[in-house]
Amino acid sequence: MIPLSWYLILSAALVCVGVFGVISRRNAIAMLLGVELILNAVNINLLAFWRYKDVSHVTGQVFTIMVITAAAAEVAVGLAIFIAVYRNKRTIAAEDVADLKG
Amino acid sequence: MAAETLLWLIPLPPLAAFILITLVTGKKKALSHSLAIVGAGSSWLMSLFVFIKAVTRPNLAENPMAASINWLPTGETALRIGVQLDNLSAVVLFFVAWTILMIFIYSVGYHNYGHPAGERDVPGLPPHGADVKDVHGHTHRVPSVEPMYARFFGFLSLFAFAMYLLVVCDNLLLLYTGWEIMGLCSYLLIGFWYGKDSAKKAAMKAFMTTRIGDVFMLLGIVFLYTQAGTLNYREIFGNAALMHALAVNPAGFLGLSQAGAIGLLLFIGTIGKSAQFPLHVWLPDAMEGPTPVSAMIHAATMVSAGVYLAIRIFPLLTAGWEPGDVGTPAMIVVGAVGAFTALFAATIAVAQNDIKRVLAYSTISQLGYMIAAIGVGAYTAAIFHLVTHAFFKALLFLGSGSVIHGVEHGVMHSGEHVDPQDMLNMGGLRKKMPVTFWTFLIGGLALSGFPVITAGFWSKDEILSGAFHSGQIVIFVTLALAALLTAFYTMRQITLTFLGQPRTEAARHAQETPWTMTLPLLILSIFAVAAGWSGIPEHFPLIGGWLPNWFEHFTGAMLGHEGEAPAFSAVPLLVSVIVSLAGLTLGWLVYRGVKIAVDPLKKTLGRLHGLLQHKYYFDELYTFLFIKPAIWVSEVFTSRWMDRVVIDGILHAIARAFLWLGKLVRQGFDVPVVNAGGDAIASGFKKGGAALQPMQSGRVQQYMVVMITVVMVFTAILLAILKLV
Repeated sequence: MIPLSWYLILSAALVCVGVFGVISRRNAIAMLLGVELILNAVNINLLAFWRYKDVSHVTGQVFTIMVITAAAAEVAVGLAIFIAVYRNKRTIAAEDVADLKG
Repeated sequence: MAAETLLWLIPLPPLAAFILITLVTGKKKALSHSLAIVGAGSSWLMSLFVFIKAVTRPNLAENPMAASINWLPTGETALRIGVQLDNLSAVVLFFVAWTILMIFIYSVGYHNYGHPAGERDVPGLPPHGADVKDVHGHTHRVPSVEPMYARFFGFLSLFAFAMYLLVVCDNLLLLYTGWEIMGLCSYLLIGFWYGKDSAKKAAMKAFMTTRIGDVFMLLGIVFLYTQAGTLNYREIFGNAALMHALAVNPAGFLGLSQAGAIGLLLFIGTIGKSAQFPLHVWLPDAMEGPTPVSAMIHAATMVSAGVYLAIRIFPLLTAGWEPGDVGTPAMIVVGAVGAFTALFAATIAVAQNDIKRVLAYSTISQLGYMIAAIGVGAYTAAIFHLVTHAFFKALLFLGSGSVIHGVEHGVMHSGEHVDPQDMLNMGGLRKKMPVTFWTFLIGGLALSGFPVITAGFWSKDEILSGAFHSGQIVIFVTLALAALLTAFYTMRQITLTFLGQPRTEAARHAQETPWTMTLPLLILSIFAVAAGWSGIPEHFPLIGGWLPNWFEHFTGAMLGHEGEAPAFSAVPLLVSVIVSLAGLTLGWLVYRGVKIAVDPLKKTLGRLHGLLQHKYYFDELYTFLFIKPAIWVSEVFTSRWMDRVVIDGILHAIARAFLWLGKLVRQGFDVPVVNAGGDAIASGFKKGGAALQPMQSGRVQQYMVVMITVVMVFTAILLAILKLV
């Protein structure tokens, strides 16, 4: 059986990719993709610990479904904001949307 | 309707009239005087009804008409408000009702109802007269209607209410209430023509002088209440044990018994209200008011209320006294004040030229007579003279008002600048004003006590007889002298005014007054004669016993014992007849031939005349003794020194101290600590904000880098700590 550490390494790699994506990409949609990667890395972690530690409870699966739901909602709101921003500014580059800066 | 219920109602119609006139009908002259007269008329009708009921009721003295209800609860007990009609208040009610109604009617004519409004008339001044054109185009000057006509009737109605209240009430507190309302009305009506400086001053003088008496009277009432626990007449005077205790217990000052002290305190109220020496100074000046006011308030009713009070408290003044003894200290004081005032005022009246002032001093003198009668224990005589005097003095005052009115008419016609009230400017008015003349003559004869036919003779004779039999010969002689002077100045007045030839054009063109003024004169003149017949002593030679001495029996019953008439003595009777006739004859002899406006006595009496004319300089004396010091105290001491120096100084010092303290606090605490501290906090935050401002770049990714870095750093620290542990 594949040891737990492999899953953890995969998930750490995914988090790093996601963080890099969020930080480095100008496009807001790409930043959102990075966030999704981070969330999915978390999901992998949750499932892996559930599978290797305590199978009798379904907490890991339930938590994962909760995270997926939250992520879906987050994406829906985020995309709606971006569309509204794009309509006003004709761009969705994150650094251009700095109207609230003091 | 029960007579008790009517008693409650008697004072109320004039009060209703006052309220209606003041609030509603103030602009309408006819409606206002109708309301007032209807109000006074209904009181008059009810008064006569209860008077007849009272007279026909057996044993009224022991069993008076009375009713009362609780008024002010005071702890366990309550002050009661009630009405009562006994023998004394019945006869007082009788003359009050008649004189008030007569004077109300008279006022309509006096204030020239039905005449046009004068073009120069203003509220607060007597009307100047108006010019009217007759059919031929001639302009005539006629009297003009009073500008504040309705107001006059309003005040008069309020006064009538108070007087009725005073008469029908059954306790001293309610009496005091009526007493004070009358004082207020007196003030308002003396100052009715408030545009005149003299009227304004006279009103203040009357109010303040009577107030002195009222304060003492209130003290007396309080003293009585603390001792008796009630102010009801019957509960006090009918309680033999209480009266005995009051007569025996010493009051603790001046060697008086409690009864004597209370009686004298209350009597000072009488001195003020009835203008007795030394508080007599206000009454002559009160003649500044319209004549109906002088007649009603200052002759017939209000000043009589003072004597009424003195008669009411007769049991207190005489507590411990048996008829025939020497009087109690209180009686001696009362008798002395009365007799002295009677003579003193009569001497002043001799030298006055103003027709109303003569009557004013005469009123003081006659009130002194009644007071003296009380002082010698002649209870019924005092009441009798009170009644007859009210009638004939009201008659004389209304007559003098009629004379002044007639002469004013003459002044308007002739255009002279003469005083229409100065008797020296009159003369010969008997032909011009016959009704006024005959009624005035009747009143004058009654005042001087013309034997047998006039009311004044019977009442005055009774007082003289009472004084004679009491053994107080000094009082008797004083009163006899006063009677002589009374007859003298009365005849002087009649002679100067009506007899002889007119001394001015104005007197030549005087005119009889309208029926509203002469009708009351006629009615009152009937009483001025007939009121005396109710009290003819049974022992009187020839005619004694023809008519029962009703008055003596009726009012004498109040004392509890049948007033046994003292043995008849010819001395007081002869004295009374002689002084009256001698005074009248002297007056006529001295004044019959006066052709020019100079008093013949002036030459004869010399400086004494000046002394009398200036009323013994009492006004000047009081001005010097009381008014000047009062003004000095208020101006120099209170205002200039106390107020401006001491009080203002203290206030300024306090202000300065706090100003200094404030400066200190400001410089020591407010500016360096509060202000600077506040400013430092504000600027600190401002600087901090400016320093941190670059952190907010608006770039999301930069925030994220910072966030991740911080999270990593903290994780590293955490790990390091965990590893250490």
